[in-house]
Amino acid sequence: MQRNGSVLSELFSASQLYHCNKTSPNLLSSLSDNRIRSAHFNNETLIFPPPPSLSNIMDPRRAPRTVSDPKVRKVGFFTDPPDRSLPGPPDHPISSFPTSPPSTVDNSPPSAGNSLSPVMIPPPRHSSSILSRLRRDPAEFFPLPASPTASTSTSFSDDVAWTMKGRGVAAASSSLPGGLLFDIAAIKSAASSVPASGLTTVSAVNNLPIEKGGGVAVEMQDDQSSRSKSLKEKTTKAERRALQEAQRAAKATAKAEDGKTPAAASGAAASVKSGKSLKPPPSQKNDSAALAALEKKAGDRPPEKDRKKEFPQPRMQFDDKSRVEKAKRRAVVKQTEARNRVELFRHLPQYERGTQRTELQSKFFELDPVHPAVYKVGLQYLYGDICGSNARCIAMLQAFQEAIKDYSTPSEKTLARDLTAKIGSYLSFLIECRPLSISMGNAIRFLKNRIAKLPLTLSELEAKATLRSDIDRFINEKIILADKVIVKHAVTKISDGDVLLTYGSPSAVEMVLLHAHELGKQFRVVVVDSRPKLEGQLLLHRLVGKGINCTYTHVNAISYIMHEVTRVFLGASSVLSNGTVYSKVGTACVAMVAHAFRVPVLVCCEAYKFHERVQLDSLCSNELGDPDVISKIHGREDINFLDGSTNSENLQLLNLIYDATPSDYISMIITDYGMVPPTSVPVIVRDYRREHLWI
Amino acid sequence: MHKIEGSQATARQAAELLRSVISQQRVPYTNQAGALIDAVRAVGEQLIAANPVELAVGNIVRRVLHIIREENLSLATAAIAGLNLSAASDGDDDDDGERDEHTVLSAAAVAAAARSTLRPPSLQTLLEDMPESATIPHTTSSGGDSEGKSKSADKSSRTRRLKHDIIEAVNELIQDITTCHEQIAEQAIEHIHQNEVILTLGSSKTVLEFLYAAKEKRRSFRVFVAEGAPRYQGHLLAKELVARGLQTTLITDSAVFAIISRVNMVIVGAHAVMANGGVIAPVGLNMVALAAQKHAVPFVVLAGSHKLCPLYPHNPEVLLNELRSPSELLDFGEFSDCLDFGSGTGSPLLHVVNPAFDYVPPKLVSLFITDTGGHNPSYMYRLIADYYSADDLVVRGRIASGKLSSDRFCLLYSR
Repeated sequence: MQRNGSVLSELFSASQLYHCNKTSPNLLSSLSDNRIRSAHFNNETLIFPPPPSLSNIMDPRRAPRTVSDPKVRKVGFFTDPPDRSLPGPPDHPISSFPTSPPSTVDNSPPSAGNSLSPVMIPPPRHSSSILSRLRRDPAEFFPLPASPTASTSTSFSDDVAWTMKGRGVAAASSSLPGGLLFDIAAIKSAASSVPASGLTTVSAVNNLPIEKGGGVAVEMQDDQSSRSKSLKEKTTKAERRALQEAQRAAKATAKAEDGKTPAAASGAAASVKSGKSLKPPPSQKNDSAALAALEKKAGDRPPEKDRKKEFPQPRMQFDDKSRVEKAKRRAVVKQTEARNRVELFRHLPQYERGTQRTELQSKFFELDPVHPAVYKVGLQYLYGDICGSNARCIAMLQAFQEAIKDYSTPSEKTLARDLTAKIGSYLSFLIECRPLSISMGNAIRFLKNRIAKLPLTLSELEAKATLRSDIDRFINEKIILADKVIVKHAVTKISDGDVLLTYGSPSAVEMVLLHAHELGKQFRVVVVDSRPKLEGQLLLHRLVGKGINCTYTHVNAISYIMHEVTRVFLGASSVLSNGTVYSKVGTACVAMVAHAFRVPVLVCCEAYKFHERVQLDSLCSNELGDPDVISKIHGREDINFLDGSTNSENLQLLNLIYDATPSDYISMIITDYGMVPPTSVPVIVRDYRREHLWI
Repeated sequence: MHKIEGSQATARQAAELLRSVISQQRVPYTNQAGALIDAVRAVGEQLIAANPVELAVGNIVRRVLHIIREENLSLATAAIAGLNLSAASDGDDDDDGERDEHTVLSAAAVAAAARSTLRPPSLQTLLEDMPESATIPHTTSSGGDSEGKSKSADKSSRTRRLKHDIIEAVNELIQDITTCHEQIAEQAIEHIHQNEVILTLGSSKTVLEFLYAAKEKRRSFRVFVAEGAPRYQGHLLAKELVARGLQTTLITDSAVFAIISRVNMVIVGAHAVMANGGVIAPVGLNMVALAAQKHAVPFVVLAGSHKLCPLYPHNPEVLLNELRSPSELLDFGEFSDCLDFGSGTGSPLLHVVNPAFDYVPPKLVSLFITDTGGHNPSYMYRLIADYYSADDLVVRGRIASGKLSSDRFCLLYSR
């Protein structure tokens, strides 16, 4: 045991020296620059690469915490503490001992809204807290290359579990002196023997309570300080120094991440809570302050949570067997997967249409959880009666409106939670009918956000009314009004004598064309169409019906017709934040040819369809349509070459629904916020999201 | 003419027709070659006029004219050579194969020297024919007439021999046209590697044979076939490929851009290859070529030598195109109400454009594979010069019409 402890201390001291070398230059330099600091933290993680063999050992435990939140990580690296005057070790670490001056000055920057000055925190907490840390979560001694904060926020529950365990050990050995406790911890940590990476992780988790919920943390640590004091006598000098160093480095890390990391803050608040529940605080004078802090945190939490939720989850990948199996068990409708799938698109769902339809229709009476309005919309999606992302989105929202109208909260449940769950189940039904479009995803996010933010004081009736009016407002503002604004902008780009080309049947573009015609502009429209949907014919019908001069052709002839075209107007299913336009398949071809012929390409897209996702090709995320429509050509019975061979192993039919147009082909995107270049999309995505969240 | 589909079939039939024309033509004693040329040209004009877009016909007519000239010239030179070096002509008569080779070579060389405009004299020409060069201007200076030569040799035997040789050569040409698939397909193994992903659009027999040849050699690869609306020939190709056991995926034309990022090579057939290396191809291929260029995917065009056209294109999208029936795109029944919307005002509101061909500019083509091997687009003009004689480029030369003169103008201009 003793030997183990010394091994640990040696490891610590070695790392500390190393650490000291690396960090002291940073200390000496003025630390106001963000980049220096982030570089410093990068260094920290780079200095101690985890031994590969160890990471293998750790794998089973580590698995759940590999999830790291990109946003949190980013914030962690880029934050700027109010002023970080002196974290890190002084030049002579040996002289700086438990009660070294740095540790007090250290906390001088006021952490946000903390009534309790950290200076008042008694010095012993350093060693004690590190001890508690060591005892609590050896699990934290994992090589974590990512920022420590990420680990705290994501692995929090795990952490608690470990704390519990540690607590169990502690309880069992409570009669023994603290030294034993420490040794247990030491064994554990020595076993994992990744002290270096342990440093950063430990520190982050450790210091968060101190930073944020100052008072509570203090209590918790004070509670331990008595035990650790006795322990301190037993630990060697080197050990103590190592602990001290470790902790200091940890604090520096945590500090740098302090303040700006809302996720970390919520994590901190949570850990404060856990600390409390684990260790009932002895009566202290700052008890009330702690409570106040806690309450504050609790009040802050919902938005933080929302923001985290806002991040798009990685989409379901249909080549992941276990997840697909799980999803199947959950599925309302049994679906047969298509036999002959294209290798490149194994990650996308593809079902046999025929069986899907009959299954869904026969299941109507068995599917009591699905509201009839939702069911109807789902079937309409399935049959392709409603297509076009605006139409689908509006139909879905209106169905949900109906469903909310008929909804009543079951007893012993809260409206917000139950309704969210209900809408979730409706959604999964709709997804089974047809995968959601990105615009629909955005609308759902809006709706769920509104439900979550319903004031608890509202009665059920009022809440339902609010939600329904919210939905109405969304439809009106984000879709209908937005289209009007787009039309107003786009019409200015049409002049007499223009030849405008459009592809498919985009609703926004159709409105633009009709409005321009009403204004009396003289122009000609080229409608380009493609199989299998031939939506362009419908558009052609409507335009010719209004008396607009039209030319109709198919997508292959695009190079022929492009000579006479002066502008290309396209619709979009979504605009992604790298400027990629995600739209009906073939849009990319049209934009590419237009670009080659130096014809400006204007994309009309409502801002609610913008998405922060990025995409480079059309394969990673897409939708597969019914493959059978490829082999059968509507209205051309003479072409039946494939009649006999559709069952062949070697033949696959691929019916892609969307493709991604690179932003270099796009001259301009016309949205309800004005006409912007594709490079401005991320700005709109960011601003728009904020506005839409805080309506 | 429209009933015959595909440039290969048309080319073969044109060659067969011309062969019968030659064999039935009664040749006068003087100027046999001139008479034959006139006859072939007269028939050729009609053939070309029947379907001006099918460039293969014009190519074949020119090839046959070229053959007549070359054979005539080779006979003349053989006669002259016989006068000068009797031993050489004896040797010619002994061995048929050797003679053929020799005559072709020397004929080409002499023709080149006689024209002395299109082709700079190659080293070979200079070396082989230097002693004869003095006699050539004397024999061929009178613009295709060969009176001087014909008088100088034995008339009756030469008449038969000329016709015989010409028909032999035309037969060879027909043979070439029918076997060009195999010759192109032989090269497949050099261009397709294991696990390759190949994209093609529409249907071409050459492409089918090419892919199948690679499959025969136990290369396993995957083919994406774009269906090629509005004729949907891609369905036909997909069916054939599947029947031959190739992994085939049929996609819509609009998905070409989405898929091409995962494709290693685009292999397509051509309707005609122009002298500048541009390609007249089934509609939609320009889009495919642009997408391939964007993703740096090689764009390979397979073309038999009968598709090499000695003309330089001018505005080929319009002049060398064919607009097909709108019924392939729109159901007239459904759109009957739209079609006569504008009848009152004079011009209809609805136009339907259904072109049959695309022009792919040479800069988008990575490689041509012909039956003589792989070539760069920039080399096509030289390859073409081997097959045609400069005098025949304008077959319809004697008809003076506005349209043709513009055609000729563009020819002259592009030279």
